[in-house]
Amino acid sequence: MSVLVYIESENGSFKKAALEVASYGRALANTLNSSLSAVVFNADDVSTLSNYGVDKVLSVKITEDYNAETYADILKQAVEREQSKVVVLSSSADCKYLAPLLSFGLDAGYVPNVVDLPDSTAPFQVKRSVFTNKAFSKTEISTEIKIIGLSNNAFGLVEQAVSSIVEVFSPEIIPSKVVVKGIDKAPDKVSIADADIVVSAGRGLKGPENWNLVEDLATVLGAATACSKPVSDLGWRPHSEHVGQTGKPVASNLYIAIGISGAIQHLAGVSSSKVKVVINTDPEAPFFKAADYGIVGDAFEVVPKLIEKLKAFKAQNT
Amino acid sequence: MKILVCISHVPDTTSKINFTEDNTKFDSNAVQFVINPNDEFGLTRAMWFKERQNASVDVVNVGGAETEPTLRKALAIGADAALRINTTATDGFAVATELSKIAKDGDYDLIIAGRESIDYNGGVVPGMIAASLGASFVNNCISLDVEGQNATAVREIDGGKETLSTALPLVIGGQKGLVEESDLKIPNMRGIMMARKKPLRVIEPENIQEKTRTISFEKPAPKGAIKMVDAENIDELITLLHNEAKVL
Repeated sequence: MSVLVYIESENGSFKKAALEVASYGRALANTLNSSLSAVVFNADDVSTLSNYGVDKVLSVKITEDYNAETYADILKQAVEREQSKVVVLSSSADCKYLAPLLSFGLDAGYVPNVVDLPDSTAPFQVKRSVFTNKAFSKTEISTEIKIIGLSNNAFGLVEQAVSSIVEVFSPEIIPSKVVVKGIDKAPDKVSIADADIVVSAGRGLKGPENWNLVEDLATVLGAATACSKPVSDLGWRPHSEHVGQTGKPVASNLYIAIGISGAIQHLAGVSSSKVKVVINTDPEAPFFKAADYGIVGDAFEVVPKLIEKLKAFKAQNT
Repeated sequence: MKILVCISHVPDTTSKINFTEDNTKFDSNAVQFVINPNDEFGLTRAMWFKERQNASVDVVNVGGAETEPTLRKALAIGADAALRINTTATDGFAVATELSKIAKDGDYDLIIAGRESIDYNGGVVPGMIAASLGASFVNNCISLDVEGQNATAVREIDGGKETLSTALPLVIGGQKGLVEESDLKIPNMRGIMMARKKPLRVIEPENIQEKTRTISFEKPAPKGAIKMVDAENIDELITLLHNEAKVL
């Protein structure tokens, strides 16, 4: 018996969310007195995984681009090979794409957006967020094999050094009915899903021509940029930057909201962020009630100062 | 082209979320229910296929009689016929299995669901329908065109997008981007009158054994008080973020 985790890579290195999944898988394996196996694709150096408690690495070499159907089938073969009883996936777009296919293929109950280790393992009950973080539910999985989708930044990175063995795993590769024709991705830009810090702005910025303020602040912080729903509906920023209940969820360490009043849908979507800073001219803006730190002031005065001060801070602290 | 749009009946995004019966049930008291926003983007794209490519559009929902106004709204927006599977929606697997039966019996070419419902955020229904039917599947779909049996779709990925080519039958998990917010249709009086005459068929469920089950709910712990920083004192904010919050 084992716990199995899917370790996602990007540009040859493991994603932070993947190492978080390994950390969670290790803790779960300890609870279940079981071992931890990990599936990695096209990774040359897997030594990091032994720091996160992976006992066995199944190393897959594959020429196919990511596609949910093929990758879900490979994970299914890995589960069968390792006799895994629990599979842990991240909340990345790719994992959420393949999870229902894997769940169906293994006849396994799948619970997404899990925020903690199981409350109990017999029966198997986990805490997940529902209603876009407005509530949590305790959910029981009744199938023999269980699949957990771990929320980003919910468990954190926990190191536990073990000695890992690496096995070459050569699964059968099934063709996908969906073929990738092209990928459009800014190579040097951190995504909202993977970012430690997200800088977001709303209508308070008055127009798309002022977004250099947001971009500059994000550059200093190594942050991803985001926006409120009205801003994306107005076409000031692309939909892919819209965060909130009908946009993307944010679960960063730091979320800075500039000129966003804080509609309930927006607050729900960003509430998993650990620390929230609000900059707004209106002291009555609802966001102040949901944030950790606040500045009442004009973004056009506060943000340039913040950028200068952060540059000085970074220069001193690096 | 025969299109089936799966409609989830969910609390409006502005709803306050509360629970009853010792925190085991969602409190629907004074809650306004709507078409799940992710499904509504898909329904609107289906209307485009109806108008431009002469597609037929049926809508389906798994739920009790109380969900019928939501289906009637979809008919008022322009769907041809509605189906209601007469059972309480439980876990994603059970819902997807009920819907798969309808999709198979109706021999649909394109099945549109939302990438997730905004209540339970499960996100499994479209993928499981596709797996069950052996159909193609595109999740987080932000653009879809169909020509004959071939489809071109764009999927949102973390930090970008991906263009995909596939064939019908196809299941998509749709979201904003599939159409613009401004393209969403508000039913007009004529649509509402016509919707009353359109067929809404009630189908008895298959009674699928669920794989996951909600035991109880809880609300997040109340948030601590905010610390206000003077706009003239940005250094203090940086110090707090560095020393207290430890995020810099």
